[in-house]
Amino acid sequence: MIIYDEKKIVSIYNSFFLISSVSFSIEPDVFVQSTVNRASKLLGEDISKDKKVERLKLIAKETVDIKGIGFYTLGAKRKSLSDEEKKRYAILFEEYFLKSFSSRLAEYTNPEIDVTNKEKLNNNYTIVNSVLKSTKERPEINIDWRIYTKDPNKPLIRDLIIEGLSLARTQKEEFSSVLSSNDNNIDALFKVLKEFSDN
Amino acid sequence: MINSYFNSVNIVIYRNEMIKKLLVILITTFTLIVNVYAGSDGELILKKNEPSEIKDCSETFNKASFALNQGLDKIIFKPVSSIYRVLPSPVKTGVSNSLNNLSNVVTIPNNILQGEFALAGVNTGRFLINTTVGVLGLIDVATYLGFNEYVKEDYGQSLASHGVGPGCYLVLPVLGPSTARDTIAGLSNFVGGDAWYNVTVRNDTHYFRDVDYYASKVTAGVDFRAKNFDSIENLEKNSLDFYASVKSLYLQDRQQRILNSTKIIETQDDSDWEEIETQ
Repeated sequence: MIIYDEKKIVSIYNSFFLISSVSFSIEPDVFVQSTVNRASKLLGEDISKDKKVERLKLIAKETVDIKGIGFYTLGAKRKSLSDEEKKRYAILFEEYFLKSFSSRLAEYTNPEIDVTNKEKLNNNYTIVNSVLKSTKERPEINIDWRIYTKDPNKPLIRDLIIEGLSLARTQKEEFSSVLSSNDNNIDALFKVLKEFSDN
Repeated sequence: MINSYFNSVNIVIYRNEMIKKLLVILITTFTLIVNVYAGSDGELILKKNEPSEIKDCSETFNKASFALNQGLDKIIFKPVSSIYRVLPSPVKTGVSNSLNNLSNVVTIPNNILQGEFALAGVNTGRFLINTTVGVLGLIDVATYLGFNEYVKEDYGQSLASHGVGPGCYLVLPVLGPSTARDTIAGLSNFVGGDAWYNVTVRNDTHYFRDVDYYASKVTAGVDFRAKNFDSIENLEKNSLDFYASVKSLYLQDRQQRILNSTKIIETQDDSDWEEIETQ
């Protein structure tokens, strides 16, 4: 009887642990849909563009792995940076990214995005497929999201793939071009990033 | 008198043919030369397909060409497409449909060259239905009838499907981004590979004129610019290096067209994502 009760207790404990761990993990597709719903609601609000940009930045800080994208974008150069340079780059990249990202999105008013599918690549990445519905000005657009799922409780966006074209990869090749036309000098990239953020 | 008239006409035709042949030879020589430069590091560049590995062998020429194209865009394509995009949707859809329908005359032979015989049959059916019932392609009747989504193919894609790599990246004046392979392959259109060019420019059919061909190409350019109006503006505004962005996007797009896939894990090497660990 006692043994039975112990088993029962262990079983209940296990179930509770299982349920609680499941309830905290967020499915990547649910995460994307809730993020786009938040952004879409904000873009549809009757507030100034500046306020929209500020609030979009907050959403991006919460849901995008800006640091991860930054180091991916830097390519092989990241391996030769000192810790000090890495810190400086992370700060400059975040400013650049938030400005570029939010000003791109702020142009849209009330975009409708529906999540349609997801594909788990491995424990670290899931690709979530979605569709940006057509308007009078533009046709329907397929948008895929590369979600970093190493911590299932806190999924993060690492790339947007629009009609098969990766924004992170494009940015990586853009940075590579800036570096190669300046003798691979990281200070040249810092300067360009700062100028972009300041303007 | 009549004889001398015909002689002068013949001379003009002969001169035009000579100019075209010279242009073909010049472009071919140029693209082959830049490919030789690409292979100078000992690697077989023609075997490389990964977009980020495609070399910009003639960057100075490409950047000058890019600047020229940007200038043309500012004074011609952008203003015209900004008017075009406010036309009623049925007009734009009709234009877009008829341009797509016309492109079948290049897609179908390339379906065959790529061994896609069933698809060539489907596209032939699509072309016949849309040209007749669809009033010269203005209405995409075939899609209403349940035909598969239309995917354009060209001679560059056919060469790539048979293992020919892209060679160097090129920016052609007026025509825009390309690669050595695609530029050479594109010349097939002018030597019999494009039925629309054959009936308008190459042969005197009495039904079409040269201007019909060139007008269709300019309209296709305006249609593309109008469809991507905001995206291009946005990209230019937010790019640190617009030339590099366009190059990257073009090559990524080209890669997925060749592989007939939009899945990024199939079209690009994704291994570098695994190296980033920050969480």
